Amino acid sequence: MLNFVSRRVFLAVITLLVVSAVVFAIFSLLPFDPAALSCGQKCTDTIIAGNRIKLGFDRPLYMQYALFLSGIFFGRTYGSGAAGFTCPAPSFGYSYNENACVSDLLRQAIPVTISLALGALIIWLITGVSLGIIAARFKNKWPDRVSSIFVLLGTSLPTFVTGLALLIWVTIKWKLVPLSLIGYTPLWEDPIKFFQFFILPWITLAIAYAALYTRFTRAAVLETLGEDYIRTARAKGVKERTVLFKHTMRAVFAPIITLAGLDFAGLIGGAIITETIFNLPGLGRLTLRSTFEFDLPVVLATTLLAAAVVIIMNLVIDMLYAVLDPRVRI
Amino acid sequence: MAELLRIENLHVAFPTDDGLVRAVDGVSLTLNEGETVAIVGESGSGKTVSGLSVMGLHKKGAAQLTGSIFVKDGDHGVDIVSASEEEIRSLRGRTVAMIFQDPMSSLHPYYRIGNQLSEGYLVHNPGKKKDALKRAVEMLDLVGIAEPDQRANDYPHQFSGGMRQRVMIAMALMNSPRILIADEPTTALDVTVQAQILILLASLQKEFNMGILLITHDLGVVAQVADRVSVMYGGRIVEQGSVDDVFYKPAAPYTLGLLKSVPRISTHGSARLKAIPGQPPSLINLPTGCAFAPRCEFSAHAQGDICATARPELLGSRPEHLSRCHVLEATRDRLFIDELKEVRA
Repeated sequence: MLNFVSRRVFLAVITLLVVSAVVFAIFSLLPFDPAALSCGQKCTDTIIAGNRIKLGFDRPLYMQYALFLSGIFFGRTYGSGAAGFTCPAPSFGYSYNENACVSDLLRQAIPVTISLALGALIIWLITGVSLGIIAARFKNKWPDRVSSIFVLLGTSLPTFVTGLALLIWVTIKWKLVPLSLIGYTPLWEDPIKFFQFFILPWITLAIAYAALYTRFTRAAVLETLGEDYIRTARAKGVKERTVLFKHTMRAVFAPIITLAGLDFAGLIGGAIITETIFNLPGLGRLTLRSTFEFDLPVVLATTLLAAAVVIIMNLVIDMLYAVLDPRVRI
Repeated sequence: MAELLRIENLHVAFPTDDGLVRAVDGVSLTLNEGETVAIVGESGSGKTVSGLSVMGLHKKGAAQLTGSIFVKDGDHGVDIVSASEEEIRSLRGRTVAMIFQDPMSSLHPYYRIGNQLSEGYLVHNPGKKKDALKRAVEMLDLVGIAEPDQRANDYPHQFSGGMRQRVMIAMALMNSPRILIADEPTTALDVTVQAQILILLASLQKEFNMGILLITHDLGVVAQVADRVSVMYGGRIVEQGSVDDVFYKPAAPYTLGLLKSVPRISTHGSARLKAIPGQPPSLINLPTGCAFAPRCEFSAHAQGDICATARPELLGSRPEHLSRCHVLEATRDRLFIDELKEVRA
């Protein structure tokens, strides 16, 4: 186990280094002068030259990359004296558009995105898996047909349709949830505001995923119900309910966890559409904004973060699998 | 010998998009205490479906059952065909138990062996967790698994195929059932392991005084362990009798064909295997006459084209040895003698 984990962590670090180098190279090769981008409207050649030195763009590419990497661990100071400023570790660079350290921008955006992804995950797991079980249990009967309509709608309606529909009907027409203009409040500061802020984005995201999970669970349950060991359980005289919820679900559980882990990791990279519709200041919107504004340090950081989350989630899932499935030894 | 199981005129049909599949078409048989009755036939002859019917394991709605299956439960009999789902469930594993063909896939991969065994006991003796575990270890020991108390904590993948079949047997016997249905218990195993499992089953049968309904396509297995045999073809029993009768004086042409197609090591050099020509019939469109007639080499000896037009009944000069054939019994006796000499050789 320890051997496996250390090997995988080592591989993860290598992968992240490669990803960061590639992303760094792509952005450095773009036909933009980052120093020019950093100086706004009243730009003179002197300011650009000054910024170039201040932000380190005058150095060779490999030095810039080395500075970027060392910044993650040791922080980074730009300029010197009164005009200088420091982004403490972990520093992912300095956003010249926002005039802020990238790590500060991330620190504000990450809790929003995690709250969004986690809440949606819980909702879609509960609804998707239960609907899937019901659909499998009553295969070809009316509950199955109703759930297949849900699956069809959920998978075919894009989030910008469901999201906007929810926003228009639930918030504006029916006024069930107040339109949140204050923005994000952390859970521990005001739970009610937190839930009011997130409930519609959660549902929007969850509908799409719940539909997929319903379909997946239904198929997995039906496949497992056909297994020989399920027949064995019935032959022992086990009650049908126990056959379904214990014997069958135990086997269906592992693949669902895998799927959920990967989907969750994908969402941390940013649910761009949902965050945009509901004006959530999360990673997705941060990425979108910085891409439009050529705020390259931020794009670099969010890309790296998304890659890191996917890699870490994969490691976590593999370790979970060893716990869930006795046949897997690591 | 008390009668444990009586199947009377059992019909099992599965409605499909292509039509009604008549998997079992009027099967009757009995099973007594301490006795082994074999059901022999090729794939699709209805033998497994018959076994599953006794367990009541067909899905309600998916299968149409008629006839009756009386299972002796204590002092009274229960008819599986008409009993409620809950009644059947309480019989399963307690009065009637079953072991399956493939021990590799018949055990739950995620649960410890000990848990899987105890579960069968706990279902019928709720709350007695300690007894269940003790019993599980005892049963593992009984079926010949070394260090049973440690092995009970292992998972199925840590056992070999033969050991898993032993575990399956232990699991089936957790509640000392009166009837054991063994569906191809040795088919998936190595030949050397097959013999061990058969010997184990025989010794356990004595110990528990069980009736065993052995479902197999392997005539060698039948000859070794069965007392009586029912040969099935196209969902019907075509011959029924004691092992000696069926093996030494087969009365149905199909049984003779089966015996002739068994490969044997002969001192007279190598002879070609005599397979039965043709294919088993489709269970959706069974021939109007004898189901075996299209493949039968003796149909010319019957009167006219009766084989193609009428179903033969299960008859015999002695009630303990019955067969389905339109050819006169005396004619068959005469015709089969030469063929049997070949088989014996």
